[in-house]
Amino acid sequence: MYRYDEFDRTLVKERVAQFRGQVARRVAGELTEDEFRPLRLMNGLYLQLHAYMLRVAVPYGTLSSRQMRMLAHIARTYDKGYGHFTTRQNIQYNWPRLGEVPDILDDLASVEMHAIQTSGNCIRNVTSDQYAGAIAEEIEDPRPWAELIRQWSTFHPEFSYLPRKFKIAVTGSPHDRAAVKVHDIGLDLVKSEAGEIGFRVHVGGGQGRTPMIAMTIREFLPKAELLAYLEAVMRTYNRLGRRDNLFKARIKILVHETGQEKFRAMVDEEYALMQGESPIEVPPEEVARIVAYFAPPAFERLPDADPATDRLAAEDRDFAAWLRRNVKAHRAPGYAIVDISLKPIGGVPGDATADQMDLVADLAETLSFDELRVTHEQNLVLPHVRKRDLPELWRRLKAAGLATPNMGLASDIIACPGLDYCNLANARSIPIAQKLSERLADQALQEDLGELKIKISGCINACGHHHVGHIGILGVDRKGTEYYQISLGGSADENTSLGEILGPSFTEDDAVEVVDKILGLYRELRENGESFLQCYRRVGARPFKERIYGAH
Amino acid sequence: MAKAELPQALTANRLGDGEVVYRTPAGAWSARFAEAAVFGTKADAEKALADAEADVAARRVVAVYLFDVVPGPNGPSPRETREVIRAKGPTVRLDLGKQAGNSAEHGARAS
Ligand code: SF4
Repeated sequence: MYRYDEFDRTLVKERVAQFRGQVARRVAGELTEDEFRPLRLMNGLYLQLHAYMLRVAVPYGTLSSRQMRMLAHIARTYDKGYGHFTTRQNIQYNWPRLGEVPDILDDLASVEMHAIQTSGNCIRNVTSDQYAGAIAEEIEDPRPWAELIRQWSTFHPEFSYLPRKFKIAVTGSPHDRAAVKVHDIGLDLVKSEAGEIGFRVHVGGGQGRTPMIAMTIREFLPKAELLAYLEAVMRTYNRLGRRDNLFKARIKILVHETGQEKFRAMVDEEYALMQGESPIEVPPEEVARIVAYFAPPAFERLPDADPATDRLAAEDRDFAAWLRRNVKAHRAPGYAIVDISLKPIGGVPGDATADQMDLVADLAETLSFDELRVTHEQNLVLPHVRKRDLPELWRRLKAAGLATPNMGLASDIIACPGLDYCNLANARSIPIAQKLSERLADQALQEDLGELKIKISGCINACGHHHVGHIGILGVDRKGTEYYQISLGGSADENTSLGEILGPSFTEDDAVEVVDKILGLYRELRENGESFLQCYRRVGARPFKERIYGAH
Repeated sequence: MAKAELPQALTANRLGDGEVVYRTPAGAWSARFAEAAVFGTKADAEKALADAEADVAARRVVAVYLFDVVPGPNGPSPRETREVIRAKGPTVRLDLGKQAGNSAEHGARAS
């Protein structure tokens, strides 16, 4: 894992000391709320419905057990015993007191964590594939590149006041789990015909009010040119992005209004210009230094199959279901990737108690080379587990309510905090997730429905990724009452698509019924084992509209 | 948000811990909606809002605003779901927030 160097350490410490001073000045009346707000936001501190909320960065979703234990400690000591993992691979605390936030930040700094780049119009915390460095299909581990981008972008003076926030995602696998095409910049590691590895660059994706799929502006970018090229994109955006209109300020608007070819040409021009100056080049030693931090752990040479695990799978249906759904093929023989579901039936998606965090930290330490991941789908991952340890791991997870065998299934629902916590919400998201999860709880039913991504946002900001849900649910406000708009056919993988709105919105109870009916129709219409998404793409929206609104 | 209708009450978040508070008839702040002053006229509501600015300046509270309430047999209640949730706590965690009866844990008064 990446460890801070002296520079990072000093920077983060100074930042905490600075914020401690700012809080003191705020409390002493030397700063007004208007003066203080941007300062607290730069440190990840929001004011929400019931209290302050602190958002802590988990860069590219990777954590050590020591860090996870600190997250548990913070939940227990300063908050109300739990935290919420978000779709940005971060964690949020819902009840911190203002005066204690500097102490929390100090505690975080002691394990090389912080809340910087979780807010404001800067380059935000870089996100990545949760299976990075572990999954069999991977071309290359994307995290060293995510880390390089983090170092380049943290406090970059040119990019601290962008027209709007800026999100970058990197993946190293052909199957995209990082939703790169709905980020401001998405990067895929790809292999050229000559066998060289580089990046495919997508720019101008995003969700929110105006969802857009990123355009590919470079099919193959040699690794050595990554930062210089990104800098050219950023400069083009910084110069031309719409600072006059909040709703048009994201790069997606610029890219889509300009058009793919023209935008590409503009970036190329900027890039050529930069070659005349002194282009930023990352010394290969620096890349090698970072890559070394992410070197694969010392895997044992193991036979791929483990007889005891297979035996238990044959005897115990629950274990077998968990293996089927929550365990993925690892690139090292005899190892597996384990998803830890934070989606118990009827639970709050993404919430974990301090005790659960401690347990997961222990499991990571003893059974997964001390590594943990946070997924943008609000689950956790133990990336490197010996197959022979799976039975024990499963028992311990199960005892803590962390072994729901539902990864990728109907009850593995993304839901933003919504009106239960969020100041910007129009409607609640969590209760509808809970009702759907209970309605669709039956394991046989879920497995029959197959891969299904239900995503719920409490407002158009789309933190719950509803635009890219196979079934997306958006909370809207109708005269102070919560309503839900349903869209179908979205997807955030390598075949990204935006969902189409089914029609007029529904009350909460009706929305649950409607999803049930949609799934019923899918089961009638599917052919040859089609997934929901495949079926929808084949038949289109019409039969679903007819089934739902036909009676009206 | 729907158009403002009377009567209204005045709310804010306490600076120190963000706790939701309500302006009381005595011009103090209470963490309990039941103790909120209810303003029947626009003039009263606006005056309370203007008065509350002094408490913003005095660093007791932030984010002060008026919201609609509706009279009922057991006293007034907030008109919109958002304010009902602020007055009680998250609907998905009845053990947290004001509804859990532990708001005193953060100190019941603003100052
Ligand atoms: S989508 Fe809206 S309601 Fe949900 S967390 Fe984001 S801003 Fe809040």
